[in-house]
Amino acid sequence: MKPLISRRALITSGSAAGASLLAGCDQISNSPSLRWFLDFGQFMSLHAQRLLLARQPLVREFTEADISPEFPPNGTERPNGAAYFQHMRSNFADFRLAVDGMVKKPLSLTLDEIKALPSRTQITMHNCDEGWSAIGQWTGVALIHILQAAELLPEARYIVFRCMDQMVRAPDNSGFYYESIDLFDAMHPQTILAYGMNGKALPVAHGAPLRLRVERQVGYKHAKFINRIEAVDRLSHIAGGKGGFWEDRGYQWYAGL
Amino acid sequence: MALNEQSALAAGASPVAPPPDAVAPVVRKREFMYRHTVAVRLTHWINALVLVLLLMSGLRLFNYYPALHWGNYGYRGVPSVLSITALEDIETDEPVGVTTIAGHNFITTGVLGVAYDEQGEPVSGAFPNWITLPGVPGLALARDWHFALAWVFAINGFVYLLYGLLAGHFRRDLLPTGGELRPRHILADIWNHIRLRRPRGEAARRYNVLQKLAYVAVIFVLLPVMVLTGLTMSPAFTAAMPFLFDVFGGRQSARTIHFLAANLLVLFVLVHVIQVILTGVFNNMRSMITGRYAIRPED
Repeated sequence: MKPLISRRALITSGSAAGASLLAGCDQISNSPSLRWFLDFGQFMSLHAQRLLLARQPLVREFTEADISPEFPPNGTERPNGAAYFQHMRSNFADFRLAVDGMVKKPLSLTLDEIKALPSRTQITMHNCDEGWSAIGQWTGVALIHILQAAELLPEARYIVFRCMDQMVRAPDNSGFYYESIDLFDAMHPQTILAYGMNGKALPVAHGAPLRLRVERQVGYKHAKFINRIEAVDRLSHIAGGKGGFWEDRGYQWYAGL
Repeated sequence: MALNEQSALAAGASPVAPPPDAVAPVVRKREFMYRHTVAVRLTHWINALVLVLLLMSGLRLFNYYPALHWGNYGYRGVPSVLSITALEDIETDEPVGVTTIAGHNFITTGVLGVAYDEQGEPVSGAFPNWITLPGVPGLALARDWHFALAWVFAINGFVYLLYGLLAGHFRRDLLPTGGELRPRHILADIWNHIRLRRPRGEAARRYNVLQKLAYVAVIFVLLPVMVLTGLTMSPAFTAAMPFLFDVFGGRQSARTIHFLAANLLVLFVLVHVIQVILTGVFNNMRSMITGRYAIRPED
């Protein structure tokens, strides 16, 4: 049985065929004659949904009975490299989450220190942009608690999540997964850094020790294997400049639909 | 009367359909009426173009997860209502397209699951590349297209609904009258359709009852269902309107209904185009482009 080729298989395989296909897409998506129209759609969706969500309603939280029997892991299932392997062996005892950038008090937090912060547990639906969905229970700390502890500077507009998984090998480290959200989503009560899933410690396949849950957006925004949170005023100076690993490859920065 | 009505029409007024029971004057020779207003013609063609492109980009999106489920969750391994996959024939190593509907497998190689490119090479994918937008794999681009087009569809649809209500287009042209809804009248109309009898004279001035019911079903049921099931797939939209999960039976159910409703729309368009051809393609196209529609005289 041969499964259909997925874009993730395409990009991680690094095959010549995959690379040429992606280059073809880039040519079409970068074509200026069409791009304005597609950008119009993105602009409308972001602003219409922000208007709709101005009062920051919560996404539906489900009951334990609604949790799906399985939860397909997406993206990297186990990061490569000795550093992560060492973390796995020591059960993340030496793990530190760096919180820096445009903050008054840069932090370096152990997992225990993060778990000592007020926790939140939510049973929510995970929507992959491919079309499938699963329901899981997440336990973690609301991002706002960490940002408040670090004291954001007034210039800070985006929160960037740096991850330990390398998607493509690149000498300048630009192949590492990263994501970003703006303060509107960062302040939402259900936006959490999860360290627990379905009542257990967050499994490696789902981004141990910390992953983002940003419930009003689709799957690829939910960065896994986070070890650094950076507050910034713009995204243009980071990697490809579009605010995320997939965003740098043509995906929408705002993915509320 | 015909002359007066024509001059009134030329001035921009719309025809007032006489009640079906009234004794209509017999039309003896071919005459013209102003059938579709500028607003209707413009929104019709924008809608036609956008729906085609929405379908094509929607099929590309479907290819990224070619299975439909019921309920809130659904992923590979969960029983599906419909799935389209590419398998490999263990004897020949050739790819085989398999479409599964409610547990029944159909080999659909060449059309669904596996298609052949210009060189005759098999390409796996639920829907073939030639019918999708973009025509090559590209989820980000398909999402960009589908959502940008959805905005054009929504704005165009809103303009049409506003016009239809305010200008009386719905009430005058689409709302079936009490007389038309009588079973006898509907049966007679079905009989006319079976015999492919084209309306002549006074009857040709307005839509027949089956036509009205079809348009009403598409405009007020099918298209709103498409929009709402589409929005139910948006995690941001359902944060504001979580009741949509209950309305459609869940997030995956909404995706399934979205797909089925798209199929019904395709069916509608097919019948619509066949009817346009059967009832005079030149006359119909002219009326949807210039507004001028020729009434065929009665025998």
